[in-house]
Amino acid sequence: MTKTSWDGAQILVKSLEAQGIEYMFGIPGGATIPIFDALVTTGTKIKFVLTRHEQAATHMADGYARATGRPAAVLVTSGPGATNTVTGIMTAHIDSVPMIVVSGQAATHMLGKDAFQEADIYGMTMPIVKHSYLIHDTNHIPRIVREAFHIATTGRPGPVLIDVPKDISMAPFVGDPLAAMELPGYNPEAPAPDPATIQAIADALLRARKPIILIGHGVIISDACTAIRTLAEKIHAPVTSTLLGKGGFPESHALSLGMLGMHGTAYANKAMVEADLILNFGSRFDDRILGVPARFGRDAVKIHVDIDPAEIGKMLKPEIVCLGDARQVAEALLKVVGNPDTGAWIKHINALKKDFPLHYRRTGGLKMQHIIEELYTLTGGKAVVATDVGQHQMWTAQYWKVDRRNDWLSSGGAGTMGFGLPAAIGAQFGRRKDLVVSVSGDGGFQMTMPDFATACNHKLPIKAIVLNNSYLGMVRQWQELFYADRKSGVDLEGNPDFAKIAEAYGALGLRIKRAADVRKVLTRALEYDSGPCIIDVQVHKEQNVFPMVPAGKALEDMILEPRPRRGRPPVAARKK
Amino acid sequence: MQNNFTHTLSVVVANKPGVLARIAHVFARRGFNIDSLVVSSSMEGNVSRMTITALGDPANLYQIIEQVKKLVDVIHCTDHTGEDVVVKEMALVKVHVGPAARTEVLQVADHFGAESVDMTESSMILMAVGDSDKLEAMLKLLRKFKVVELCRTGKVLMARGELPT
Repeated sequence: MTKTSWDGAQILVKSLEAQGIEYMFGIPGGATIPIFDALVTTGTKIKFVLTRHEQAATHMADGYARATGRPAAVLVTSGPGATNTVTGIMTAHIDSVPMIVVSGQAATHMLGKDAFQEADIYGMTMPIVKHSYLIHDTNHIPRIVREAFHIATTGRPGPVLIDVPKDISMAPFVGDPLAAMELPGYNPEAPAPDPATIQAIADALLRARKPIILIGHGVIISDACTAIRTLAEKIHAPVTSTLLGKGGFPESHALSLGMLGMHGTAYANKAMVEADLILNFGSRFDDRILGVPARFGRDAVKIHVDIDPAEIGKMLKPEIVCLGDARQVAEALLKVVGNPDTGAWIKHINALKKDFPLHYRRTGGLKMQHIIEELYTLTGGKAVVATDVGQHQMWTAQYWKVDRRNDWLSSGGAGTMGFGLPAAIGAQFGRRKDLVVSVSGDGGFQMTMPDFATACNHKLPIKAIVLNNSYLGMVRQWQELFYADRKSGVDLEGNPDFAKIAEAYGALGLRIKRAADVRKVLTRALEYDSGPCIIDVQVHKEQNVFPMVPAGKALEDMILEPRPRRGRPPVAARKK
Repeated sequence: MQNNFTHTLSVVVANKPGVLARIAHVFARRGFNIDSLVVSSSMEGNVSRMTITALGDPANLYQIIEQVKKLVDVIHCTDHTGEDVVVKEMALVKVHVGPAARTEVLQVADHFGAESVDMTESSMILMAVGDSDKLEAMLKLLRKFKVVELCRTGKVLMARGELPT
C-alpha cells in the first residue's frame, strides 16, 4: 500500500484487502465499474464471486461470516443493486453478523437530483446497519474502510455500509493509506466483569436448586463455548439455547435441553417454567423464547449477561445484570462458583426428557423429521447446516444436534426466507473441506434459487435439500390451528421439479418420495462431490410443528402434541 | 398506564453527516415525539452538542438513551431530568398591538425581563429568555392581546458548578 498513484477505486480495493477480506460477493453495474476494474488492475488477492442477485450476495457474506467468524464483503452497484441488499443487511443486523457492504453511487454532483440508478441507500439503511458511510472525499477511503471493519467486527458485531459515489472512486488518491481511525464515540471494549456482580451470580447459583443456563448467539460470537461447558458441568445445570445459540454448547451433551421457545423441546420449555434461576448468556430474551414477558421466569432469579447495554431491561427486568463479554464473564464465574445441590433437579430434567421426547411417526407419509434425523445419522452430525425459515427450520433445529460453534446458520431475528441456500454457499467458500448442507422449504428455496448457478460455477459440493410440501407450511399450520383451517395464499401450486432444476444447471438432481428411499438417496447425495446437488424431498403436505407455544401465550401454555383427530382441541401441556 | 414526563437530554456527537437523522430514527421508531431540539457547536471543533426535549415514559426513554448511545457517532447521551442544571430557552413573540395597548404589553415584557426588538404602528416583537415556566407565564398574559406568531428556540442546558454536562 505504499504506491501513491492509486485512484479511489484502487485504494478501496487495497484497503479492503489490507483488512484481510478473502471474498467479495456481488454484481457489477454502471456506478461500480471503476471498482470492478480495480479488482483487475490492483491484482488483489480478494476473490470476487459473481452472484445472480444482490440479496443472495449479502446472505453469502452472512453465511461466510457465521461459518468462519470472519467478515466478507459485498459489492453492488447503485440504485436497485443497492436496494436489493436491504433484506440481507437487515438479516445480518438483527442477528449481529459482521459484514461490509460496498455500494456504488451516482456521482456526488448528481446526488439528490434523481440521477439514473440513484438511490439514497445510506438513508434507507440507517436503521438496519451498525454504521454507514457516504464517502465525500477519495482521501478518506482508507480510514473509512479501517473504521468500517473495526465497527463491524468488534463489540456486538453488525453490518456496515460504505456508499461510494462514482466520482469518488474515479478521483486520484493523494491521502494517507494508513490514516488512523477517528471514532471518538465508539468504545466497543466490553467492561471487565464486575467482581461484585460475579460474586452475586455465584451466590445466587449456590442458593438455587433448579438453575438453568440459557445461551444465545453471544456465546458463539465471543467463543464462550468451552467456559460455558465447564461451568455447566461444574454446577450441574442444564443448558438450553436459542435458535442462534445452537452450537454454543454441545447438544449431544447429557446436560443439553436443545432449543427452547415457540418450537423448542417440551423439556426445555418445562424446565424453563420450573427453574428457580435463569442464567442467560448472550441472548436478548427475544419474543420467540419469552412467550409472554411478564410470565417468563416469574419465580426465578433472572440473570442477564450481555455485551450490549441496550439489551438490558429491554424485554424484562432481570434480578442481576452483568454487562460484559460472555466468555470473560463465564471464565470469571468459573473461578468463584460453588457446587449447588442440583441432584434432584437433574433427575427431574431427565424424567422430563424421557416423558416428553421429540417424536414423530415414520409411517403415514414421509416426514421432514425423518430426513433430518437420517441425515444426522449418516453424517454423524458433522456438517455445517444452513436453514431457510419455516417448518423445516424448526424441525431441523429440533432434530439436528449442533455440537460445534459456527456449524449452524439460520436467520433468527429476521426470519428471512431464501437465506439457506446462499448462506450455505458462503459457508462452503469459507470452509472448503467441510460438508455443507442447506435445508430449505419449497417456498424459501425459490426465493434465492437462481443462485444455485453460483454454487454450480464454483463446483461447491453443497447438498441443497428441499423439503417440499407444496405449501408455505408454517403459515398453513397457523391457518389450520388458529384460523379454522382456512387456507389463504399458502398453496405453492406450480412448483417446478427441483431435481430437474438441478439438472438444467448441469448439477445432480435427486428425488425422494418414499420413506424407504431416504437413506439410499441421501447416501448418494453425500457421496457426490463434483458439484452441488438438489434433493427434492416430497414430504407429507400437512404436517404441523410441535411442541408449539402459540403467539401471545406463555411457555406453560405450550401445545405438546398434534391433535389426534380433526375437530379435537390440541392437548395442552399445562397440568390441571 | 404511561407515566409521561418531559425529559431533557444532552447528547454530544461527532460532527459528521447523518448523525441527526440516526438519532431522530431512534426516537421515531419508539413513538417518541421530540418537543424541541437544539444543535450547536461546542468547545471542541469536531463535536456538536444537541439538547433534546421529549415527552414520554421513563422506562421507554431509558431504552432510547441506550440505543442513542450505541450509535457510533454519539459520544455520550445523558438524561438531565431532575438534576441540578441550568435550562434556558428563548422566545420571539409577535403581538398585534396598536398605540393604545402598547404600554400594557411593555409592562408585561418588563416584568419578565423581555425586550422589545421590533416595533411598528400595529405590531411589536418581544424577545424573552428564561426557563420554560417563565416563558409560559409571559405567554399566558400576552394571550389577551393578539399574539400572531411565536417562535421558541427550544431548551439549552448546562450542569451547574464543576460538573460537566
